[in-house]
Amino acid sequence: MNSKRIVKSTGRYAIRFVTLLIAISIISFILVSLSPVDPVQQYVGAVPNVSEEQREKIAEYWGLNDPPAERFAIWAKSLLHGDFGTSLIYRRPVLDIIGEKFAASLALMLTAWVFSGILGFTIGCIMGVYNGKWPDRILKKVCLTMCAIPTFWIGIVFLMVFSVKLGWFPMGMSVPKGVPADQVTLLQRIHHLVLPALTLSFLSFANVALHTREKLVDVLESDYVLFAKASGESRFSIWKRHGLRNILLPAVTMQFGSFSELFGGSVLAETVFSYPGLGAAASAAGMGSDIPLLLGITLFSAVFVFVGNMLANIIYGIADPQIREGYEHEE
Amino acid sequence: MEKKTKEEYVHPLLEVKDLSVSFRMYDTGLEQYDLKVISNLNIDVKQGEIVAVAGSSGSGKSLLAHAVMGLLPENAATTGEMYYKGMPLIQKEKEQLRGKEIALVPQSVAYLDPSMRVGTQVLGEKPDQRKRKEQKEVFSRLHLEEHVERLYPFQLSGGMARRVLVSTALISGADLIIADEPTPGLDLEMAVEALTCFREMADEGKAVILITHDIDLAFHVADRVAVFYAGTTVEIAPSKDFREGPEALRHPYSKALWRALPQNGFVPIPGFQPYAKALPKGCLFAPRCPNRTEECEKPIPMQELRGGTVRCIHAT
Amino acid sequence: MKSRTGRFSVNRRTRTILTLILIFAFLFGIYLAGTIMSDELIQADFSQKGLKPSWEHPFGTDLLGRDMLVRTIKGLSISIVVGTVASSVSAVIALFVGVAAATGSSRLDHFINWLIDLVMGIPHTVLLILISFACGKGLRGVLIGVAVTHWTGLARLIRSEVLQIRSQQYIEVSRRLGHNSRWITIHHILPHMIPQFLIGLILMFPHAIMHESSLTFLGFGLSPEQPAIGIILSESMKYLSTGMWWLAFFPGLMLVIVVLLFDRLGENLKKIVDPYSAHE
Repeated sequence: MNSKRIVKSTGRYAIRFVTLLIAISIISFILVSLSPVDPVQQYVGAVPNVSEEQREKIAEYWGLNDPPAERFAIWAKSLLHGDFGTSLIYRRPVLDIIGEKFAASLALMLTAWVFSGILGFTIGCIMGVYNGKWPDRILKKVCLTMCAIPTFWIGIVFLMVFSVKLGWFPMGMSVPKGVPADQVTLLQRIHHLVLPALTLSFLSFANVALHTREKLVDVLESDYVLFAKASGESRFSIWKRHGLRNILLPAVTMQFGSFSELFGGSVLAETVFSYPGLGAAASAAGMGSDIPLLLGITLFSAVFVFVGNMLANIIYGIADPQIREGYEHEE
Repeated sequence: MEKKTKEEYVHPLLEVKDLSVSFRMYDTGLEQYDLKVISNLNIDVKQGEIVAVAGSSGSGKSLLAHAVMGLLPENAATTGEMYYKGMPLIQKEKEQLRGKEIALVPQSVAYLDPSMRVGTQVLGEKPDQRKRKEQKEVFSRLHLEEHVERLYPFQLSGGMARRVLVSTALISGADLIIADEPTPGLDLEMAVEALTCFREMADEGKAVILITHDIDLAFHVADRVAVFYAGTTVEIAPSKDFREGPEALRHPYSKALWRALPQNGFVPIPGFQPYAKALPKGCLFAPRCPNRTEECEKPIPMQELRGGTVRCIHAT
Repeated sequence: MKSRTGRFSVNRRTRTILTLILIFAFLFGIYLAGTIMSDELIQADFSQKGLKPSWEHPFGTDLLGRDMLVRTIKGLSISIVVGTVASSVSAVIALFVGVAAATGSSRLDHFINWLIDLVMGIPHTVLLILISFACGKGLRGVLIGVAVTHWTGLARLIRSEVLQIRSQQYIEVSRRLGHNSRWITIHHILPHMIPQFLIGLILMFPHAIMHESSLTFLGFGLSPEQPAIGIILSESMKYLSTGMWWLAFFPGLMLVIVVLLFDRLGENLKKIVDPYSAHE
């Protein structure tokens, strides 16, 4: 019975994934087609003396003169063959660019993700345990304020304080200037990673903390915690035995569900720190009217978000006894 | 179920005198007011005795349990006195005694942690060898099979859940057991079984407070019955008075409750229990009482009468 | 805030309303000041360029000698307008979609759920870049982008609220009386949604403003000629290493304050409408 259910839910999940991806491809294609920006002009850019004939040739080569539906069909077909086209600004296959940039982004996002998750959870627990008392009131105000701070501004402030004023950290990029890639040490990479990662984790940290707080307060006000108190359990034991047990799972799944904010935030954080990752590439693709790259990154980001949500669901299925053991014993 | 006389116990195990509880509440538009949910409540229980606390919902029955165990929320204020084994019971003592000397049998399966296996849960935070042995014994005594330990609360049937809850009190080895509505949802046979279990505990020398709105069952198993109305005790009477009928009872509300039982005519009591926000002056039952006089608007003390106590100036 | 004295409690409602009015007046003041101030105040004046904050120029001046305080207020004024317009459109979308999902057929409900998944399936910033690109950047792109990306949460909330109301008895009575679904929606359900709608709308402002400035900062939003906060901050990046900290610090701080105030506005309104949340 259980395996049948798993097959069924996996099937439904797969269908949803495919329909969403198709819809996203169609919508993003329509959106870029609507753009009044002339891609040929962008491509040719500042190069002088490009004749009308040459422009026409480029347009012809890109299929810009075909009707949009046809262009979409061609694009979709090559997508299915694993060909995302060639990036205009990097002049290389889109997939190569995405792979390379994502590797850099992954280090940044992973650091920020783990950091904000652990610290946010800890602070959230402190707030929840002190619900309504002064540590909670102060930390809550701090978190609410942090939620109102734009990622890019805090990045700028970090740069002003830690790089310009104190000189503790480099001004940006992922590696020192003028050093060949194979000679960059791990320490140098980490040194360049600290500020962007801190910036990126800034917002989600407060969200995690506030969310954890709400959950913990709910648990601590529940009937079963009342009964645990009545059974003589100490405050610490209640937090450890009942609090942690009941809030850890929602916190972990929420963290997996936050891939969308993580990716969105990386666009800003990477731009501020000129960090050569996928987020900065997304912004550059939009600015440079690099349609193949923009479409490629959009699709990739959708897959990224979907994978996060899927992991969240899988973890829930494994860790939640109600789902894991089903309702077999219910009468 | 006649019991030996209780005179041999000098101190009641638990004594509650003039307990009042009020909550600070917020109204629409942020008006603040105090809601008095329990006023001048009295009750006591001795070792080897079951005292049933009966009353309709909203009469403050469960809050009494929470007040005794120090479980009231922070916006609650209490006045009055409580004594446990003759010693004043304040918050610090309550926190030390609960789970060890005073145990609660909660209302429903919602009082069990949904994500923890039953076995781990009933053993408490520090399971030792003695406790494990005790738990095995209690489970088999309550006809709970061994595999129940491995189940999660949502996998328990209603009857199983109830027995698991009762088992926690037994395992704790407490002297005072407060059972909050232990019978609803059980069929008659199971309910009688659960109550028999409390009777056995009392016969072993423990004191049991049985909170219930099922007064019919209550006065068959309890030694005394305390009738609650709108957050106060209106009468405390030996159970036999309830078995005898309205003539043996003292308070008009107790009599009316008796007559409202299905086998006694099912006569409903006209009117409503007053809401805690709009309590009448003096006698809380006066608005619904057939015998009320002007005197009833003054504060009414508890008085001794025919081997019980009653909060009524007209009681005979 | 559980143990307050009685004297305090009487003032609570008044205090909340007073706070509401003050915040509103402050935000409206910024908007008004930004629109009224003449552009001449931010003409380039090279005799005043790059000045540190002083009494004359509290936020300092930039490298063209423009007063940063004036630029900031003008920028915030634009942000408030963009935030208000985009949020309003988004909230109206949320209202329609939420009510439609709850009252329509189950297929419509499924479709709307799928649509919400779709919008939430792409990171906001990426979707905003895409929409802004489709609109050829500029103000229109920001407005449309923010409007079509922010309705999902409120739509879900409204959907569940409507479902809850519909399950209540008086709706059933009304149906028995022969009123059709549309009549019931308009007469019984929509009026109940007004507080939710308003609170949702105001709580959307902060997000809208943040996303507008982010998008502008990246170069997709308002054009460099406009005194938007995003533009100011993006400009300041160029002069970071010169140590001219005031170029970025004050405008950003003011943005944070405005966002916080909008948030407070919504939360205070919520407290008055839903007093149960006031226990905290």
